[in-house]
Amino acid sequence: MGKRVGIEVSLAVAEAVKLCDVDVVSAYPITPQTHIVEELSHYVANGDLDAAFIPVESEHSAMSAAVGSSATGARTYTATSAQGLALMHEIMFIAPSMRLPIVMTIANRSLSGPISIWNDHSDIMAERDTGWIQIFCENGQESFDLTICAFRIAEDKRVLLPVGVNMDGFILTHMIEPIEFMDKAEVKAFLPDYKPQLTLNPKKPVSMGPVGVPEVYMEAKKQYEQALWDSKDVVKEVLAAWGKHTGRKYAMVECNGKKKAKTVFVTMGSLGETAMTAVDNLIAAKQDVGQVRLRLWRPFPKEEMKKALKDAAKVVVIDRALSPGGVCGPVATEIKSLFYGDKNAPKIYNIVAGLGGRDVSVKDFEEMYALAKGGKIKDDYVIWGVKSNA
Amino acid sequence: MLRDVDLSGYQKITGKNVPRESMVASGHRACQGCVEVLAMGMVTRAVGKDCIVCNATGCMEIITSSFPQTAWKTPWIHVAFENAGAVASGIEAALTAMTRKGKRKGPLPTVLAFAGDGATADIGLQALSGALERGHKFIYVCLDNEAYMNTGVQRSSSTPFGATTTTSPAGKKSIGQSTRKKNLPAICAAHDIPYVATCSPAYHLDLMNKVRKAMAVDGPAYLHIYSVCPTGWGCKPEIGISLAKLAVETNVFPLYEVIGGRYNITKKVAKPKPVLDYLKVQRRFRHLAESDVAGIQKQVDDSWAYLNALAAAFPAPKEKGGAKEEE
Amino acid sequence: MSDRAFVAWQKLALGCAILEPGSSAKLKTGDWKSLAPKLDEEKCIKCGKCFTYCPEFCYSEDKNGFFRADLSYCKGCGICANECPTEAISMGKEEK
Repeated sequence: MGKRVGIEVSLAVAEAVKLCDVDVVSAYPITPQTHIVEELSHYVANGDLDAAFIPVESEHSAMSAAVGSSATGARTYTATSAQGLALMHEIMFIAPSMRLPIVMTIANRSLSGPISIWNDHSDIMAERDTGWIQIFCENGQESFDLTICAFRIAEDKRVLLPVGVNMDGFILTHMIEPIEFMDKAEVKAFLPDYKPQLTLNPKKPVSMGPVGVPEVYMEAKKQYEQALWDSKDVVKEVLAAWGKHTGRKYAMVECNGKKKAKTVFVTMGSLGETAMTAVDNLIAAKQDVGQVRLRLWRPFPKEEMKKALKDAAKVVVIDRALSPGGVCGPVATEIKSLFYGDKNAPKIYNIVAGLGGRDVSVKDFEEMYALAKGGKIKDDYVIWGVKSNA
Repeated sequence: MLRDVDLSGYQKITGKNVPRESMVASGHRACQGCVEVLAMGMVTRAVGKDCIVCNATGCMEIITSSFPQTAWKTPWIHVAFENAGAVASGIEAALTAMTRKGKRKGPLPTVLAFAGDGATADIGLQALSGALERGHKFIYVCLDNEAYMNTGVQRSSSTPFGATTTTSPAGKKSIGQSTRKKNLPAICAAHDIPYVATCSPAYHLDLMNKVRKAMAVDGPAYLHIYSVCPTGWGCKPEIGISLAKLAVETNVFPLYEVIGGRYNITKKVAKPKPVLDYLKVQRRFRHLAESDVAGIQKQVDDSWAYLNALAAAFPAPKEKGGAKEEE
Repeated sequence: MSDRAFVAWQKLALGCAILEPGSSAKLKTGDWKSLAPKLDEEKCIKCGKCFTYCPEFCYSEDKNGFFRADLSYCKGCGICANECPTEAISMGKEEK
C-alpha cells in the first residue's frame, strides 16, 4: 500500500498518468486543466516520464494529434476543459469511431457565454453523444484512482474506446487533498501493457477512417455503440480489480443515506460529497432521505440506477448543466426516461444548480429536500438560486 | 532566417532509376484526367512503401477510400478536414517515443500528409503552422487545384485572381476571384523549416527529387504541388500535363525550392510565354477581358521578379556531386 | 450505391478500417471511358511518358519494353496520347 500525501489533485492526476507510463501527451493549456499538463511536461523535461509531449497550438489539434498517436499504437493522454473541449468536439466523435483508447481528463468548467472559468458540467454534456466512456470523480482520491483505471478500461480489447475522466474544475483540480499513492510496480501489476489491435504500420498496411458510404455508416456506428454498451461489464471488472488491488472500492452507481429512503438525491461529481453531508444531517434530524451517486455517465448504468431508486417515492436529480429549452437537465432526462411507463415510478424533480461556479452548500441541499418533501416543486426543473425580482 | 541544411542523405532519382510503383492503386474513383491523383501517386513513388500517409478530407480522401475498398497500399489514416498537420504530428511523436522506449524497431517510416489547397491554405492553416513550428519530421504535401473541388468548385484563398468559381462567380459586377492567390510556400518558408518546394507533375523528376530532398532533411518539409483539375477548371482532360507545363512556362507557377531560407529556382524559363496562352484553354478564365489579362500578366511578372530577387539575395548552394544515386 | 454490398456490423473490421491494401483494384473503372488509347508499335520509342503521366497508374511495361495500358482501369482521359512525343498513341473506340 502506498503512502498518503497531501497534494493538489491536479498533481495527483499527473502522477497517475506518469505511473501509467504514457508514450504521448498532446495538450493545450486551459484553466483549470493547466496544472495537470504543466506537471506532465516537467516530468518529461526531467526524464521522470519517457514520453513525447506535444505542445499543440489548439485543442482541436490536441485531440487530432492524440488520434494520430493512438492510431500508431502509442498509449496516449490529453486533458482539457470547457472551450477546449468544445473545440475538440468534431474529433471527439472520430476517436471512438476509430476505436482508439485515448484517456482524457476533463477539468469540468462552464462553457461561454458569458465567459467563465468556474465549474459546471456544461462542457461534457455537450459531448454526451460522442461515444466516449464518461466517468465522473467525486474527490481527489477518485481522480487519481480512476485515471489509472481509465487506461485499463480503454485498452481492454473488448472495449478499445476512449475514456473521459471528469473532475470538477477548481473544486477538485485545485484542492489539496490527502491522497494515497502507488508505486510504479503496483501500477504495472494492475495495468497491462497496451496491445493495440490495428496500427499504422508499413509492415501491415490498413486504411483507417475511410468514407462511410450509406451501406456501412449505420453498421460502423452500431459497432462502436455496442462496444460502448459492452464496456459496462469491463468497467465493473476493472473497478472490482482495483478494489482488490488497493482496497478502495468503487461502483458505477453508489448509494448512501437511509436504505429504502422515501426521498433520494441523485448527484454526479463533487457535489455528491456536499449532498452526502446534507443527507447525514437530515438523517440525524430523523428524515427519511438517501442519495445515489452516479459515477459512470456513459454508458449509462440503467439497471443499476433503476435498482438504486426502486424504493424511492421522490427523486431529486441535481444537474450541473442547463439544457436550454429542453424538458429538463441532462441527468434528469435519463432518469425520467428510465422510469417511463413504470407504474411504480417515483416522482422525479430536477434541480439545475451550481452553474458557472455558483456555490451549492449543504444548506442548499437541505432546502431542496424540504421543498421536494413538501411537494412544492411544480416545474419540470428549477434553476436553483437564480436571483430574481419577483 | 537562414540555416544550413544537411542534405547528405538525399538519394537522387535520375532517368535511369525512377521508382515505378505508386502506393495509390488503380481503381480509385478520381475524375477522368485528374492530375491531383497523378501528383499524389508520383510523390508516393518517390517515397516508397515505408511510409504512413495521413490524408485530410477532400477529393483524394474520398476517391481512394470509399468503403469497402482502399486504393492505399501503405498505412493510411483520414481524420478530418483541417487537421492533417496535427494528426501527422501525433503519428511522428508516437513513432519517435515508441522507438526510444523499445516498443518498435527499425528506422522511422516517412510520415506523409496530403491535403488540398482549402485544407491547407484555409481551414487547416493553423494545424499546419503548429506542426511546422514544432519541428516534427514529416512531409506536408499541398495538392493545389485552386478551389474546393470536392464540394463543387468553391473559391479558396488559393484560387487565382480572375478565376470564376461557384462562390466567386464572374458577373456584371464581378471579375470572379477578386483577390490574389495566397502564397503558401512563402508562409511555410517563414516558419524557418529546412525545406520548402513547389512542384509540378509535368516535371516528374524534379517533383520526385524534391520529395527525396524532403525525406532527407531533419525536420518538417513542405511541398506545394500544382494539380490540374479538368472538372473544376473547365479544360479538356487530355491537356492536364501540357497545361501544368504551360503554367511553368508562363511563370504562372514557378518551380523553386527554399532550402533553409535559401532559394533555388529549379526551372528557369528563358523566354516566358504570354499568360494568355495559359488562360485561354480554361473555362474558368473565359470571361476575362483583354485588360484583365494584361493585369494578370503584370501580377505574374511582378511575382516572378520578386522570386528572382529573393533567389539573387539568398541563393541556395549548388547541389554537390556527393548526392548518392540509386541504381 | 449499386456496386457496394451491405456488411453486417459484426463483420466490420475494428473501427471500420479496411484491411486489404490496394483493394480498389477490384473496381474496374475502365467502363467509365468512351475512348481508349491504341498504341502504334512502329512509332513507339518506349520512352514511358504514357506510364509517367497516367492518372490511373494503369500503364506497365511488357516484356518487349512497350508500355501498355490496362484498359480495365483506363478512364480514357487521353493524357497518354497527348503527351506521346511520337504520336504513337491514338484515342479511339475500344476494340473488344
